[in-house]
Amino acid sequence: MIEKILVLEVVLPLLAAPVCVLVRHPRFCRLFSLGVVAACFAIAVALLVEVRGGGVISYQLGGWPPPLGIEYRVSTVNAYLLALVTSMALVVFSFDSRGGPPRVPEQRRHLYYAVFLLCISGLLGIAITGDAFNIFVFLEISSLSSYILVSLGGHRRAVMSAFYYLVMGTIGGVFFMLGVGLLYQATGTLNLRDIAARLEPSLDDRGSVLALALLVVGISIKLAVFPLHHWLPNAYSFAPPKVSAFLAATATKVSFYLLAMVLFTIFGAPFVFEELRLQAVLLPLSILAMFLASGAAIFQNDLRRLLAYSSVAQIGYMTLGLSTANATGLAGGLVHLFNHAVMKGGLFLVVACLLYRVGSVHIDALAGIGRRMPLTSAALVIGGLSLIGVPGTVGFVSKWYLVSGVLERGWTAAAVLILLSSLLALVYVGKVVEVLYFRKPAETQPIDHVREAPLGMLAPAWVLAAAAVFFGLTTDWTYGVAREAAELLLAGGI
Amino acid sequence: MKAPSRVREMPILRVIARALVPVILLFGLYVQFHGDFGPGGGFQAGVIFAAGLIIFALVFGGEALRQVVPVVLTERLMAAGVLLYGAVGVVAMFLGGEFLNYSALDPLTTGHHGQHLGIIVIELGVGIAVAATIMRVYYAFVGRRPDEDGTDADPALDTGAGGEAS
Repeated sequence: MIEKILVLEVVLPLLAAPVCVLVRHPRFCRLFSLGVVAACFAIAVALLVEVRGGGVISYQLGGWPPPLGIEYRVSTVNAYLLALVTSMALVVFSFDSRGGPPRVPEQRRHLYYAVFLLCISGLLGIAITGDAFNIFVFLEISSLSSYILVSLGGHRRAVMSAFYYLVMGTIGGVFFMLGVGLLYQATGTLNLRDIAARLEPSLDDRGSVLALALLVVGISIKLAVFPLHHWLPNAYSFAPPKVSAFLAATATKVSFYLLAMVLFTIFGAPFVFEELRLQAVLLPLSILAMFLASGAAIFQNDLRRLLAYSSVAQIGYMTLGLSTANATGLAGGLVHLFNHAVMKGGLFLVVACLLYRVGSVHIDALAGIGRRMPLTSAALVIGGLSLIGVPGTVGFVSKWYLVSGVLERGWTAAAVLILLSSLLALVYVGKVVEVLYFRKPAETQPIDHVREAPLGMLAPAWVLAAAAVFFGLTTDWTYGVAREAAELLLAGGI
Repeated sequence: MKAPSRVREMPILRVIARALVPVILLFGLYVQFHGDFGPGGGFQAGVIFAAGLIIFALVFGGEALRQVVPVVLTERLMAAGVLLYGAVGVVAMFLGGEFLNYSALDPLTTGHHGQHLGIIVIELGVGIAVAATIMRVYYAFVGRRPDEDGTDADPALDTGAGGEAS
């Protein structure tokens, strides 16, 4: 049954978007999109259950068999990503922003939901499709809609950071496109598995090396790998909080999948990591990201910017897992996709709660809020502990496997650096916690009127905080799936 | 005789536009519906159709066009076009084929009627969406005036921001 309706995963949100535009009723759009996202989540979970243990589901669009037609192909890797994106979308959509920010005017609210659905559809499309050009199309759908979403932040600088994001994102998209073009020239096909079968990359073949370079740089811009991360802090800190939560939890994760797929499935680990030795670039950049971005986060005074810089650092952990190119390390990177989505999504939802009640998330405005909003602040503390990697939280699980993978590879220094970088996370999380609980509120900013966030906001934030603890203690589902996905990727399949 | 200062008052333009606009619209429809036999298709047809209407607006004024095609209508048509396209795919699924498998649209005959039907309806969806989008872009440009505090507003429309990522 599920293999017959697999395509609905992408088609449902894609067609729900124009329905929202036609109906225009804000309340209808809100409930309708929530329902659509829930259906997508159900399909993703069903797919994951179906393909676990090495199954693969292939779907031919329009009845055209691959490699000529577009093929949707779901293995454990794809299903994991689909489940990640849809679960985060479901939590974010169930967050009731109550007319708080984003202050999208009533008569444009339906467009906000339509664009949000398009963004989800694009991300799911990237994760599900087995066709290189189809990936590009979905990459554009998700990118264009996320530029719009960021620009809705209300602040004047939101438009500027959306524009900057647009310029960087388009450069990334063009690089990706050129890479796909070169692959098409070399192999004459666009089906990913067909490309992988026909491509024989070697260092003498300039075309395939150039294609790899273009693809890696293009995707790295979208993924915000360290020196190309500049769009991310502004985009995340000026976007509407729900949008920040969603993008932080999903957009970079899908780009990570894309990078892993290009490196392992198309070019293959032996070429990339033994002949070309890409880890010589990827590993130093990952470590720089962990230290410099965490260091930058320490000096941020706006909670959203702090979290955004911390995201750049966390992406460093993921690419570090990628550069180990062994099952444990790669599984650590992959499991960190979900774990980071849970904690960063939760933290940005907490930010949304704080913005709604306090009106600002500047560090000075938050002094003493821990007493006024105990539940919200507690969720923030759990997310923060998870960022540091305290045992019992998801952050610990990721770091454990990352360090194991790095040690397996014999990189003792890198393992020490991972642990040292956690200390930086301790500093920036500690700074927020100190302000929330121990600093006296400024006389000029009385906080007596601040109350606990309403249930419609608190519940989704706490779902993610609870998940951060739950999946920190039970790793069968997260690490189990990630391990299977990593082994599949290393074997060159998707 | 003093030369007319505004484009809208130039008699030659007005007469030629009056004669040309219907022909352009008709040509747009020709490209649309002949697309499955010859060069053409929904995208080109939509652009030609919208271009015809935009020429009309350039010569006779945007207000005149807005009476024919209100801004809200362009937004709805954008969505309706996409929906028409997707609906063909979904209907094909309900008839037992894959998404967008046109052959399933006509299960009784073994020929290519289904393929024919599918591509015509889909291209119609594309044409509607493209024409509406181009016109909406045009409205967005001409509707922009700097208001008092120097920021751009979209006064005539009040429904900006958005569009289909096609």
